[in-house]
Amino acid sequence: MKKSKFNIVGKPVIRQDGLEKVTGQAKFADDINYPNQLYGVMVRVPVAHAKIRSIDYSAIENHPALTTICDANDIPGAKKVGPIKQDQPIFCYQKIVTPGDVVAMLVGESEEELLRLRELVNVEYEPLPVLTDPRKALEPDAPLIHPELGSNLVIHHPLRKGDVEKGFAESDYILEQTYTTPFIEHAYIEPEAVIAIPREGNKGVHIVGSIQNPYTTRKVVAAVLGWPLAKVRIQQAELGGSFGGKDDIMNILSARAAVAALKTGRPVKIRYRREESIQESYKRHAYYMHYKVGFTREGKIKAMKIDIIADGGAYSSMTPFVTWRTVVQATGPYEIENVWTDVRGVYTNNPYAGAMRGFGSPQPIFAQESIMDEIAVQLGMTPDEIRRINGFRSGSITATGQKLEKHDVNVLTVLETAVRETDFARRWRENQQQTKKRLDLAALEEAAANPGPFILHKEDFLEPEEVLRKGIGLAVSFRGTSLGAEGVDAVAAYLSLQQDGSAYLLSGLAENGQGMRTTYSIIAAEVLGLRPEDIYYLDLDTGYVGDSGPTVASRATLMGGGATKVAAETLRQRLEKVLRRHWNLPETTNFVFADRTVYPENQPDRKIAFAELCNLAYWEGVNLATIGWYSGPKVHWDESVGQGPAYFTYVYGCQVAEVTVNLSTGEVYVERVVAVHDPGTVINLLGAQGQVYGGVTQGAGYGLWEEISVDQGFIRELNFDQYLIPTSKDIGEIVPIFVEGEERYGAWGAKSLGEPTLELTAAAIANAVRNATGRRFHHLPLNLEEILLGRKLYPTSKRGSV
Amino acid sequence: MDESKKPKAISRRKFIKGVGTGIVGTYVVPSALSAIGKEEKKGPKEDWIPISLTVNGKKVRVKVEPRMTLAELLREELELTGTKVVCNRGECGGCTVVLDGKAVYSCHILALDADGKEVLTVEGLMQGEALHPLQEAFWEKDGLQCGFCTPGQIMAAYALLKRRPRPSVEEIKEGMSGNLCRCAAYPKIIESVQAAAEKMAGRSS
Repeated sequence: MKKSKFNIVGKPVIRQDGLEKVTGQAKFADDINYPNQLYGVMVRVPVAHAKIRSIDYSAIENHPALTTICDANDIPGAKKVGPIKQDQPIFCYQKIVTPGDVVAMLVGESEEELLRLRELVNVEYEPLPVLTDPRKALEPDAPLIHPELGSNLVIHHPLRKGDVEKGFAESDYILEQTYTTPFIEHAYIEPEAVIAIPREGNKGVHIVGSIQNPYTTRKVVAAVLGWPLAKVRIQQAELGGSFGGKDDIMNILSARAAVAALKTGRPVKIRYRREESIQESYKRHAYYMHYKVGFTREGKIKAMKIDIIADGGAYSSMTPFVTWRTVVQATGPYEIENVWTDVRGVYTNNPYAGAMRGFGSPQPIFAQESIMDEIAVQLGMTPDEIRRINGFRSGSITATGQKLEKHDVNVLTVLETAVRETDFARRWRENQQQTKKRLDLAALEEAAANPGPFILHKEDFLEPEEVLRKGIGLAVSFRGTSLGAEGVDAVAAYLSLQQDGSAYLLSGLAENGQGMRTTYSIIAAEVLGLRPEDIYYLDLDTGYVGDSGPTVASRATLMGGGATKVAAETLRQRLEKVLRRHWNLPETTNFVFADRTVYPENQPDRKIAFAELCNLAYWEGVNLATIGWYSGPKVHWDESVGQGPAYFTYVYGCQVAEVTVNLSTGEVYVERVVAVHDPGTVINLLGAQGQVYGGVTQGAGYGLWEEISVDQGFIRELNFDQYLIPTSKDIGEIVPIFVEGEERYGAWGAKSLGEPTLELTAAAIANAVRNATGRRFHHLPLNLEEILLGRKLYPTSKRGSV
Repeated sequence: MDESKKPKAISRRKFIKGVGTGIVGTYVVPSALSAIGKEEKKGPKEDWIPISLTVNGKKVRVKVEPRMTLAELLREELELTGTKVVCNRGECGGCTVVLDGKAVYSCHILALDADGKEVLTVEGLMQGEALHPLQEAFWEKDGLQCGFCTPGQIMAAYALLKRRPRPSVEEIKEGMSGNLCRCAAYPKIIESVQAAAEKMAGRSS
C-alpha cells in the first residue's frame, strides 16, 4: 500500500491528550484524592536476607494516628503472586529476601505520623547468608533464596542448532569475550501511586493508579482478595511514564491498597517517594555474558557459543520471558549455522528484575555487536562489511530454526541506509588510523611527580584537541514483534459513533505516554474519513473492554492498531450498507470516506456529510458501536532445544553513533546518532520521532551513565542525585530515518518502534568508543572511571571509593 | 546492619529543620483558597505561621506548617496539582514554578520563604480560554510524551524566555537542563521553546 493512499496516516498529528498535559489539568494518580482517604506506609527491615521470627506492633498499636495495620494475616486469598511463578509475597511472612521487601503496612490519616510510627515496629529476624553474585547462585553451597524451590535457578533456556564443535573446527579464528551490563532503573518521572476505593454493597473494589497493565493488576488483586475478576475494577490514571516498570510493583501496591481499603472501609492511597520507588521497584536485569565465535578468514561466522547468566534478583517476575527473548535474539541478525546458547536466570538477594523497555535485548546486543566489531578489526574489515557478509536475507534461517519470510527482511537495507547517511566506512577507517600521538598518561603522571624548571613552555602543555578523539560506531539488530511464544496475543478496541459523527474510542491497551491514544485515533479517523480530533478517547477501565493483555513488547501499534482498524472497518461497512439503501445503489458500490464526508467512488459530487450519515443510521436503529478484535497468528516453541518460529514477524534497525572521547577525563560525548528503523508503516510521524528520541537517549544513558549498583543487596543510587539519567545537554543530534515497507499485520503493516530504538544505542556507542580509543570496553556503563581506569568506582560507607 | 542503610524517609527538610521524618505536610489550615472545605486535621497549632503571597495573580493568605515546602503548599493545600513532585530533592525540575520571575524548584523552597512573593504555576498561564504560547508550542511541537515533567518544563521555559526572549539552541539546552524528561522528548522540547519564543516575539511586536 502506498503512502499517498492515506489522508492522515504518516503525517504529524498532535497529541490527543496534549491539552490536559500542557495545562496541568491531567490527573495523575497522586493528583486524585477521595473524601475520607487514608494513607498506607510500608514497614521494611534493613536486611537483605533473613528469616522472620516475629513482628511486634505493641509499641504503636494503640496510637491515635494509626487506623489499622495490614500484614500477611489480612490477606484472604493468595499470599504470594507473580506473573509466571507465584514467589513474591504481598507482605513478607516467612523470609526477607531483598531490602525492598515489605512486612507490613501502617494505615492512617497522616503519612508523616505513620513514617514516625513505622520506626517503632519491632521485627525480630535471623540474618541469613547473603547471595549477591549471580555467577555463584548455582554453586552447591549457595544460600537458597526460596528454599522451597530447591534451587536458585529461575529458568534455563537452552538453544541448540547444528554442531558448534564442527563449526569451531572449520573456523580460521576463534574469539572469546566476556561482557557485563548492570541493573538499570526505569526512572519513570512519576513515582508510583494508587488508591483503592471500597465500593458499596456487592460491587467490590475500584482501583485508580499509575498502572501500566490494568488487566494484570486486576488478576493479582482478585487473586489476593480471593474474588472473581469482575468484582475488581481497575482504572488507569494518567500515567507518568513506565517503560515496562509499572507492572509487578503496581500490582502489588494495588493489592496492598485493596486489602487496607476493605479492612477499613475507606479509600486508601499509597504513594511512593523516589527513594522508596527505587528501593522496591524492579530493575532491568544485570547480565554476565560469555561469547565464543568461530569465523573464517573471509569473515563468515561458522559457530557461536553463548553462555549468559541473568541476575533475576529476589523474585522471578518476568525473568523467564525476558531471558527467552534473549535466547531467541542473542546471536544478532546473523545467519549462523552452528549455535549453542544457554541463558540462565537466577535468584539472588539483589533487587528483583523484570520487564524494562528492550526486555532482554539491550544486553546481548551490547555483547554481540561488540564482538562483531572485534571480528572486523581482526580481519581488517570495516564493521559494515562483516555485517554484510553475515546479515540475514529473506529466507535466512535464524538461530531458532525459523525461516525469515513473508515480511521485509531489512537488516541490510537499514544498514546500507545508515552507512550511506553517515559516510560510515570512510570515517571509521580514518579514525582507526588516527595518527595523532597517543596520549601517554603515565608520562604525564611521572612528569607531575618530578617537576622540572618552574618556567613552563608552550610545548609543556597539551593542546585541548590532543586529548579529544573522534569515533564512529554502528550496531544492528532484529527484534521479534509483540509477545511471540510468550502467550496469548489478542487485543480489543471499542468504537462507538454518535449521532453527530463524533466518536468514542477505547482499546484494552494502556496509554503510558507513548502516544497510543493518538495513534489509534488516527487509524479510526483514516478508515472513517474523520479527523483525529473527532475521536474522543475514553479512560481505560477494566470494566469497559475485554482483557487485551499487557501493554508491553512494542505491541500497542501493531496489535491495538489492528483492533482499532477492525472496529472502524466494521462500522464503516454498516454505514455503507445504510447509504446503499438510502441512495438505492447496487451492492458493488464502493465509497470514499474523506474530510468528514462520504461519496460513491468516482462520484465526488454526490456527497453526504459523515454526521448526516451517522444520524441517518441512528434513526434506522443501526448499531453504531462495536468491539474490534485482533489476534496475532499462532507461533510455537520447543523449549528443550530452543527451536521454533518464535515471533510472527520481525523489525530491523541500525544505529550509528558518533562520539568524542576526552582521554584525559574519560568523558564520552555523543555528537550524533543516526537511527534507521523499519516500523512497517509510520502512523503518526510526531509519535514515531518521539519514540526514536526517547529510545536513543535512554539507550545512551544505558551506555554511558546509568547503573544501579548493589552493595550486599542494598541499592546505592536511591535518587536522581546519584542515578544519572540524560538531560537536554547530554546528547547531541538524533536523526530518525524510517524505512517503510510492505507488511501484512496490524493496521496497514504498522509494526514496532518503542523498544527497537533503545536496544541498539549503547552497543553503537561502545563501538564508537572503540573506534576513538583503540580500546574495547566490556562493561557498561562506559562512565569516566571505566574509560580512564578500566574499572568502576563505588562509594563505600566509609570515606572513599572501592 | 549499618544504620545508614535503614530504609526510611530521607528528606531535605530533615536538615532544614532538624526534626521529623515528614514526607508531606498534611497539616491543613484554613486558607483563602480552602473554600473546598477540607476538614482541619490535628497538628502542632502553635507552629503555624501566617503568610501571604500571590499565586497565579490571586492574593492568598494562608497559615503554613514551618517545614512545609512550597510544592506541598501548592499541591496539598491550594490543590494546584499541576506542579509535580518527582525527586523531592532539587534534582529533576519536576516541581519548577516561577517565583518573583525566576524559575525555582518548589520542593526546595520552604513555603515560609515564599511569604510576600509572587508565584506562577502552570495553572496560571492561560489567559481565559487562551493557551499561553508556550503551552501551544509544547502541544504543537509534541514537546512531551507522558506529560508528567511538562508543567515543570513549561515553567522553566517561561523563566528562560523572560530572561532571554530569543535564546539560541545552546541557551535553550542550558536553560532547560535542570528539568529531567525520561521519555527524553528533549529535541522536541527545544523546538517547542524556540517556537514559543517566535510566537511571543510576534505577538508583542
